[in-house]
Amino acid sequence: MADAVLRSHEQQSLLRFITCGSVDDGKSTLLGRLLYESQLIPEDQLAALKQDSKRVGTRGGEPDFALLVDGLAAEREQGITIDVAYRFFATAKRKFIAADTPGHEQYTRNMVTGASTAQLAVILLDARQGVLTQTRRHTFLASLMGISHLVLAVNKMDLVGYARETFEKLAADYRAFAALLGLKDITAIPLSAVHGDNVVHRGTNMPWYPGPALLEYLEDVVVDEAQAQPFRFPVQWVSRPNADFRGFAGQIVSGTVRPGDPVRVIPGGYESRIARIVTAGGDLAGAQAGQSVTLTLDSQLAVSRGDVLASSDAPPQVARQFEATIIWLHEQPMLQGRTYLLKSQTTTAAATVTPLKHKINVNTLERLPAERLELNDIGVCEIQLDRDLVFEPYAVNRALGGFILIDRLTNNTVGAGLIHFALRRSQNLHWQVLDIDKQARARQKDQRACVLWLTGLSGAGKSTIANRIEQLLTAQGRHTYLLDGDNVRHGLNKDLGFTAQDRVENIRRVAEVAHLMVDAGLMVLVSFISPFRSERRMARDLFAPGEFFEVFIDTPLAEAERRDVKGLYAKARRGELKNFTGIDSPYEIPEKPEIRIDTTTMDAHSAAQWIIERVAAVQRTGDA
Amino acid sequence: MTRVAPASDAPPRAPTHLQRLEGESIHIIREVVAECARPVMLYSIGKDSAVMLHLARKAFYPGLPPFPLLHVDTTWKFRAMYEFRDWMARESGMQLLVHVNREGLARGVDPFSHGSRVYTDVMKTQALKQALDEHRFDAAFGGARRDEEKSRAKERIFSFRSSHHRWDPKQQRPELWSLYNTRVHAGESLRVFPLANWTELDVWQYIQEERIPLVPLYFAAPRPVVVRDGALIMVDDARLPLKPGEQPVLKKVRFRTLGCYPLTAAIESEADNVAAIVRETLLARTSERAGRVIDHDTAASMELKKLEGYF
Repeated sequence: MADAVLRSHEQQSLLRFITCGSVDDGKSTLLGRLLYESQLIPEDQLAALKQDSKRVGTRGGEPDFALLVDGLAAEREQGITIDVAYRFFATAKRKFIAADTPGHEQYTRNMVTGASTAQLAVILLDARQGVLTQTRRHTFLASLMGISHLVLAVNKMDLVGYARETFEKLAADYRAFAALLGLKDITAIPLSAVHGDNVVHRGTNMPWYPGPALLEYLEDVVVDEAQAQPFRFPVQWVSRPNADFRGFAGQIVSGTVRPGDPVRVIPGGYESRIARIVTAGGDLAGAQAGQSVTLTLDSQLAVSRGDVLASSDAPPQVARQFEATIIWLHEQPMLQGRTYLLKSQTTTAAATVTPLKHKINVNTLERLPAERLELNDIGVCEIQLDRDLVFEPYAVNRALGGFILIDRLTNNTVGAGLIHFALRRSQNLHWQVLDIDKQARARQKDQRACVLWLTGLSGAGKSTIANRIEQLLTAQGRHTYLLDGDNVRHGLNKDLGFTAQDRVENIRRVAEVAHLMVDAGLMVLVSFISPFRSERRMARDLFAPGEFFEVFIDTPLAEAERRDVKGLYAKARRGELKNFTGIDSPYEIPEKPEIRIDTTTMDAHSAAQWIIERVAAVQRTGDA
Repeated sequence: MTRVAPASDAPPRAPTHLQRLEGESIHIIREVVAECARPVMLYSIGKDSAVMLHLARKAFYPGLPPFPLLHVDTTWKFRAMYEFRDWMARESGMQLLVHVNREGLARGVDPFSHGSRVYTDVMKTQALKQALDEHRFDAAFGGARRDEEKSRAKERIFSFRSSHHRWDPKQQRPELWSLYNTRVHAGESLRVFPLANWTELDVWQYIQEERIPLVPLYFAAPRPVVVRDGALIMVDDARLPLKPGEQPVLKKVRFRTLGCYPLTAAIESEADNVAAIVRETLLARTSERAGRVIDHDTAASMELKKLEGYF
């Protein structure tokens, strides 16, 4: 093998991969065996391994390969790995860098770190356990980080009698899940890390398996290479050793370049041509993604660190506002509105996280409403920068779409981000100015448009009171409309359920509809449980001062449950109704409602009259 | 690395392993210069330092690397190393700083009287801290590789050190993609390892391909050695106290790693050129740091030294 490697190293390529799985899946054992069987474990380490195996090994004195890759003393005591470790091995065809990440609760941070530089992921699972929550989590994180090549390593086949049916069912289950994430390149391999089947060699225990052993597959797999993409060269450093030389030093992150190629300097968009590709070993006739070179241009342009030289016909975009996925890496939570430093390629900018849209439960992929991100949380939010950033969506170009967030006080790296797209709402969507406005429409109806937002528990009496208000207003000649929670869910919102996230969307839509109706000059009644303060706040923010009346229909839970007009509380108590407000989903009591109605002391008719009087009083004050 | 892309319009072949490693290392070195105020390159004269220095010179060509070299000198290096160091400083045109822990020297700390543990702490770890503090360097390049030793497999490329130069494995900054966080407060610093992802074999292959000059001790030649605790120790000068029964004999030996000569074991070898060494390295059944006596002091000893501020 030595001579083969010597001869071939000039053609040897590099594969960086990540192994995902928990301690119990035998991940360290698998990696240890890859190292062991590619015969690159030096003798003294092997001797130490045998000694350690007797002392702390879990295999009764047999070599415990896991000990080869569990590095720090602290880890050995705890029997777990605590961070990302990088392992190196080589065959005649390829060199490998394996990122090894632990499977416990710090998992997201470590796996995301290891995956950021990986081209392929080996997802390990225990043949006895099947596709578990953690398997789905690993797969989601790999796909999130832009890894499209996955190997499903079904380990411990020896413990299921090397049964073909077990393997095939697992592989089918897994493919069905991976398809949901849009992952197509999946190779499933049955193996036994402890006994070595299908790790390096195919072995004889699974003659029914026609595919390659894991190492054979890793040697031959073709991974997408960045050089097929358009040329991108973030300028890292301007080289001016003397008055006659001005070069731009950096690493080509995608594409290829040759002297004479037309390029643009982004931002700015100035065009020039590559004059020379300068290296200490002489000028190059061409260079490609991965190489660090110094480029000179054939015209004098002001180019500095942070600029990107890019192919003229397909330049990247420039923007200051983005939607992005953020992975939070620090114990101190990410807070909306706080300013962090964002580093992307060679640019560092001040970045403010504006609305956090939702976070993602990595186990169920459910979207959840969120106010902040805690360690290992993943969320989608908007980011606003204090300067222009040259970028591409992460899905298109990992180098130009990835960024880190740094805390300005502690200098810690606290978050990692993946750019989705630039926000152009403000630039491209102009508000159509209409001649007939809200006031004109309301005047025609001889009223002031407003929204009465009735919130309270199910069964509090909202609909009854709202209905009564509408009758009374109509009798006064007012133009009204009643948006009722149940009714809207039959039409506009029939696609929404009762998860927290769906409740948020339910309210957002209704608030927007109410907003349009107020614009039409109507007095709008909204009768919705609307349990969350933040969404009532969001609704309020859509309206002008004096237009929005939050009306808290205050009925104690016990009383609402006693009335139980629709029989829903009984169902919820029996567990037949999930996410029922007051039972297993919270109701956040309004802190400063314009109007509060205590239904234990006031009947529906009196309440309706009282509300109408209060609204009229406020509107008169507004007139004065 | 003067290989060029093919002249046709066909998509070029993926870069080779060594091209990728070189590209990554040069990127790392330039990033430090672009973002840190006072960088320095620790130069230990060995083959890893030679490769790191070579990469730095390539990174800034046609200019010179805009930082000095620092050699922390225990005064117990091989004579050939000092000669080579001074030649390389002239050859590169870079400033060379040499720091010796004068206090340790005055107290007579040497590899024999105090044991390798104390000696290494005083003459290497403490000396390095003195030099970094004295010059107020905020980033120091080192030639360490992750494949050398288990505790280094988890080392970051940009490794944060407290104002007391301590390495806290639990407080290291996450490192994603090739985005390096170089920000430190006054007094804190970074150790930066451009060769983190290289293996010993990569280093040799690169030396061969780039024709990087090395201290001759790496190549097999007849040298006077004694056998001590199973290790071949070279009698480089008259300061090595011979134990009873030790008789220097001439053997054809070379060194896989270079440190202080009384603490660095030679191996018997016929490999007197890079190609032969690459062949031997690939077949090696003894890992590189096993040639360094200091690693064997206590279990997990490298990890302890790192915690204390050793590189």
